[in-house]
Amino acid sequence: MSGNADTTPLAAGERPPSTVVGPLAWLRANLFNTWYNAILTILIAWAIIRTVPPLIEWAVIDAAGFGATSEMCREATGACWGFVREKLRFILFGTYPYDEQWRPLATVALFILLLGASCDRRFWKPWFGLVWLAGLVAAGVLMWGGVFGLTYVENTLWGGLPLTLILSVIGLSVAFPISILLALGRRSDMPAVKAICVAYIELIRGVPLISLLFMASVMFPLFLPTGVTIDKLLRAQIAFIMFAAAYMAEAIRGGLQAIPKGQYEAADGLGLSYWQKMGKIILPQALAISIPPLVNTFISFFKDTSLVIIIGLYDLLGTAKAALTDPAWRGYYREAYLFIGLIYWAFCYFMSKYSQWLEKDLNRMRRR
Amino acid sequence: MKKGLLAAAAAVALSVAASGAAHAGPTLDAIKKRGFIQCGVNTGLAGFGNPDSAGNWTGLDVDFCRAFAVALFGDAGKIKFTPLSAQQRFPALQSGEVDVLSRNTTWTLTRDTSVGLNFAPVTYYDGQGFMVPKSLGVTSAKDLGGATVCVQSGTTTELNLADYFRANNLQYNPVVIESVDEVNAAYFAGRCDVYTTDASGLAGTRAAVAPNPDDHVILPEVISKEPLAPAVRHGDDQWFDIVKWTVYATVQAEEKGITSKNVDEFLASKDPDVLRLLGVSAGMGAALGLDEKWAYNVIKTIGNYGEIYERNVGVNTPLKLERGLNALWSNGGLMYSMPFR
Repeated sequence: MSGNADTTPLAAGERPPSTVVGPLAWLRANLFNTWYNAILTILIAWAIIRTVPPLIEWAVIDAAGFGATSEMCREATGACWGFVREKLRFILFGTYPYDEQWRPLATVALFILLLGASCDRRFWKPWFGLVWLAGLVAAGVLMWGGVFGLTYVENTLWGGLPLTLILSVIGLSVAFPISILLALGRRSDMPAVKAICVAYIELIRGVPLISLLFMASVMFPLFLPTGVTIDKLLRAQIAFIMFAAAYMAEAIRGGLQAIPKGQYEAADGLGLSYWQKMGKIILPQALAISIPPLVNTFISFFKDTSLVIIIGLYDLLGTAKAALTDPAWRGYYREAYLFIGLIYWAFCYFMSKYSQWLEKDLNRMRRR
Repeated sequence: MKKGLLAAAAAVALSVAASGAAHAGPTLDAIKKRGFIQCGVNTGLAGFGNPDSAGNWTGLDVDFCRAFAVALFGDAGKIKFTPLSAQQRFPALQSGEVDVLSRNTTWTLTRDTSVGLNFAPVTYYDGQGFMVPKSLGVTSAKDLGGATVCVQSGTTTELNLADYFRANNLQYNPVVIESVDEVNAAYFAGRCDVYTTDASGLAGTRAAVAPNPDDHVILPEVISKEPLAPAVRHGDDQWFDIVKWTVYATVQAEEKGITSKNVDEFLASKDPDVLRLLGVSAGMGAALGLDEKWAYNVIKTIGNYGEIYERNVGVNTPLKLERGLNALWSNGGLMYSMPFR
């Protein structure tokens, strides 16, 4: 080892040529190594120079700060962050009674806590289902009130982030078990079960979500007797569950099909019943494989909740849009959309990062 | 979720009970049993129906909803607002999800007949107009041949635009855009020469979105009639009467110079018209099946038509809309109350 030329210390002032080490060499090796990479580098650098400084100028230098009034905003040439401060509570909580807005805040915190805890595999035990149930009951008590001295708040007044979270979390958690049953049903040997599952999945997947929401909100009430109305939120929630279940079922079916036939035969050979086979052998493997498409569905579904705006529910996007109609604060849509875009992004980015980690964790045996 | 089902079950029970003992119409009975009015409003339209920063509903349409609640219950709080999208509004009214629709809805023949609505008096006369940059030097819509026109898609605005230019033998290039925000942005970025939508919308956009409102003019031509009115569904004439005469009461009060501030002085008036309106001489309330003080309460808590107008869309609001067609008939407008007698 000692005779190795590489370990000989360089004499002071004696450095390799700048074409081999140093920033210039790095640039050459990574950004300008071929002629097409050189062109790409120049194009991207040009795009960055063209977009980033104006963005910073708009968002920071020329902007009216969070304390700005609408008059100050009219004079500023940049962003008006005063709009976000003024409308913050409305965008986050919608028309929920102003003095009671700690309740939706607590609900959001509760949901984030529950979701955070669910990410830890140590909590993946049957009793955690009860924790979720308790959490949902607590969220219901907080949002509706009417007990423990909380004033009753109708769900027509709910809005903003809690509504988005309720629609997506309840939608996904109810749709998930249904989707497993649908996926199993679609691969079942029983023709009737199979036909029903295939018909359901193909029917729901064959129509856009927006038309399902329209059906639920516009057509469905007309079939009910006069005077009977079913809550708008409930109708939208059911439409979401139906929709998510069909899509997730297909993701899970992909996982089921990827399991080698030998696994099924080995389980049958051990004399396991159908549910034992599925519950202990097939599904744990199939679900682990299905994580990327499932998370894909989760993320798109989370964002799809914003479609409820067309049926007059104020989700996060709906409250931002309604906030923009205040005559005193009109025209700050860049600020509003940027703000809620950040919220959506934070949730979706977290979901995708977590799924990457979970995928690695669950598929350890596959990487061996 | 369970509450929704319970409420539905309760509603079944109520409607069954109501049909058994129907002396008023089914809608009015349901409202009285429920204790509040369900009012369908816009999900967000500046000046007409939009929630403020604290989530309270404001706007001209919203104030009329409150006026109906005051007329019926004497309490502006006995109301529930249901924000409705354009596609949802008629099914929501037909299915009984709302009792009255006060959501910038144009009164048309088909809506009045086959859609099954009854329209109360117009609360805002609107019409489609054109806005151009002052620098173009255009003074009339007849000069707009060959212009590029920004218009929102999927609205009657688009059809009216096509009809107008065809009828006048003018060429134009439509720039059709889905969202209002983007139409605004396209116009102010100079993508089109002309912006067309309802005149109230043009004025609102000019006041609130234009970098400099004085650089833009609204042309005098109004190419469509858009009378916006509250609507109820067919089948309950008494409820329709209450809605109708509540709107008239605000107009009548303005004609007589009665405002929310001076209404108490008018209780000692010598004018028999005023005395009948305010319920000092009994009869009007009983005819409608309301408390004799109904109109007094409406004027006292909500105000007359002029007050409602000025508070929500008038020249001192960001929308800066002149009264125009919405002035009293005695001032050259179209606001005219049927006589209270």
